[in-house]
Amino acid sequence: MNLNMFVQHFINALGLGSLYGLIAIGYTMVYGILRLINFAHGDIFMLGAYFVFFATIQYKLPWELGVIIAIVGATLCGLLVDRVAYRPLRNAPRISALISAIGVSFFLENLAVVVFTGMPRAVVQPPWLMKPILVGGVRFIPLGLMVPSISFVLVGGLLWVVYRTKPGLAMRSISYDIETTRLMGVSVDRIIALTFALGSGLAALAGIMWALRYPRVEPFMGIFPGFKAFIAAVFGGIGSIPGAMVGGLALGFVEIMSIAFFPHLSGYKDAFAFVLLIVILLIKPTGLMGEKMEEKI
Amino acid sequence: MSSARTTGASTTRTRNGLLNLLSLAALLYFLWWAPTNLDGYKLRVINLIAINGILGLSLNLIYGIAGMFSLGHAGFMAIGAYVSALLILTPAQKVTQWILEPIAPWLLNFQVPFIISLILAGLAAAFVGWLIALPVLRLGGDYLGIATLGFAEIIRILIVNLTPITNGSLGLKGIPAHTDLWMSYGCFLVILVFVTRLMNSNFGNVLRAVRDDEVAARTMGVDTFRVRTLAFTLGCFGGGLGGALMGNLITTIDPKMFMITQTYNLLMIVVVGGLGSITGSVIGSILVTTMLEWLRFVENPITLGSLRIPGIPGMRMVIFSVLLIAVIIFRREGIMGTREFSWNWFFPPLKQPEGKTPDDIDDILEERRRGR
Repeated sequence: MNLNMFVQHFINALGLGSLYGLIAIGYTMVYGILRLINFAHGDIFMLGAYFVFFATIQYKLPWELGVIIAIVGATLCGLLVDRVAYRPLRNAPRISALISAIGVSFFLENLAVVVFTGMPRAVVQPPWLMKPILVGGVRFIPLGLMVPSISFVLVGGLLWVVYRTKPGLAMRSISYDIETTRLMGVSVDRIIALTFALGSGLAALAGIMWALRYPRVEPFMGIFPGFKAFIAAVFGGIGSIPGAMVGGLALGFVEIMSIAFFPHLSGYKDAFAFVLLIVILLIKPTGLMGEKMEEKI
Repeated sequence: MSSARTTGASTTRTRNGLLNLLSLAALLYFLWWAPTNLDGYKLRVINLIAINGILGLSLNLIYGIAGMFSLGHAGFMAIGAYVSALLILTPAQKVTQWILEPIAPWLLNFQVPFIISLILAGLAAAFVGWLIALPVLRLGGDYLGIATLGFAEIIRILIVNLTPITNGSLGLKGIPAHTDLWMSYGCFLVILVFVTRLMNSNFGNVLRAVRDDEVAARTMGVDTFRVRTLAFTLGCFGGGLGGALMGNLITTIDPKMFMITQTYNLLMIVVVGGLGSITGSVIGSILVTTMLEWLRFVENPITLGSLRIPGIPGMRMVIFSVLLIAVIIFRREGIMGTREFSWNWFFPPLKQPEGKTPDDIDDILEERRRGR
């Protein structure tokens, strides 16, 4: 493998990894606050991709508008999911909310089959994103650089929200102790809704960029990216936003590089993430940047 | 006084034993009557109820009774189905089916009777479950669920890729339809009796203790890791057995059958019936299996006089998932909670013993669980 090829793979891995990271942020924020694996998150990602597909290709709206519609639509769906399926279970055993999440995921996937039909649809990529640029023997397309840049800017913005604003303070406070936060006069439900909205918006954006990278949409497209992003969140240390990004990038690199160096393993591509998950859980159950968990007695 | 109490209890027990025998006889009569009087589709659904009952009971043992959130049951089913199919297919069938790559030579001439293949299928799944349990059961709660889900996916991906052994994504066809009502209900009854005995044994108490408070159980000197590993392995045996029966009922298997959806269906059975209730799993299996089949009508075109409503593909699963969410929101504890069936519901116990009956204790425990 020469250097040019390596740079090519590097850019690919960066793109895939930053997408995993964007989805992982939604998992990590919800888990950090509610201790709930939001299984429906991957399906919000799918909805984002579908909304942009319908807006731009079916209804011929400009891309900018389509992206906004998709983000707003997916955010509303995320809020609705929280309101209908999770909020009634706030005081229930955690396992109930988890099963509810599985039900929601199942529901969204099959609703997509009913509404959009199960047939995969091709996404037409805007030509300017695809025009190859040649820099010293490395060919890349603007999309390859755009995806990681947008992702990093968004994560920066999110970190600002979480660490520098009042709602962000409330979020961190809830993740530390939900009851005390409630007593301090914070509207916990509203902050949780905000968390879902932020996570869903980012997932929708990731879905849009995913649909541009792998130009097709189908109802079950969220399952595997969803699982992998959750694994990225666990890998980076669940509850930590930078950790989610680091975990996503690590996963992207493992996946792309292992296939680049060992092409005969490409059939096992989807298994790498799970192997990585099990290894990390066994070595460091709280992830790379996770806090120490103590046994509560 | 105490002698009267014992007599009352023992007469009740004799009566309940007789009623058990009577229901068993009714079931046997039904199994004898059904094949000649019902069509193939109905028979398949009735078979599926028993198979899903086995799978639900085994998942309930892991999850409801031992408290280990496992999302890996489909993986163990896959192992069972493949092991059984590979042991049953004739060498001639094997040669013609492996198209992409020839079958591994050491597998070609293996052939055993159906029953032995079932046991080996269960043992294979149990062995893999045991191997997985060793590292994974150190994790708790949600992490355990995700890790078992990961293992199930890894098993599925291995099946897709190990073409010389599994025939890859093409799957296996022409498995003889060995699973009949006697076979599926026979296995179901064996598992049912086994799980009931296990639950009422000291081991059952230990399992519940570990589920309710692991730290306390450990303080009492319970080797919690060993107990959980054993329960997990036993549950995996049931998963493998159910998978093998399923393969021999449907006669074709492929990796797609064992996706996470399969685990969700089983989870639905356990949750709807009531986590930790054996009766609940049986009722859950009957309800969910028939409901899943019955709901197929929404996917077929319906003609009402001159009005023709086209079938909506996917609608079945939409309704199904709405039901799952509704159950978990409005009746979290499922149909049975943690209670068990008792003949005393229909007939008052012949002589009411003084103090708390086991049923009362179950109610008290149920109250406490809900209160938490």
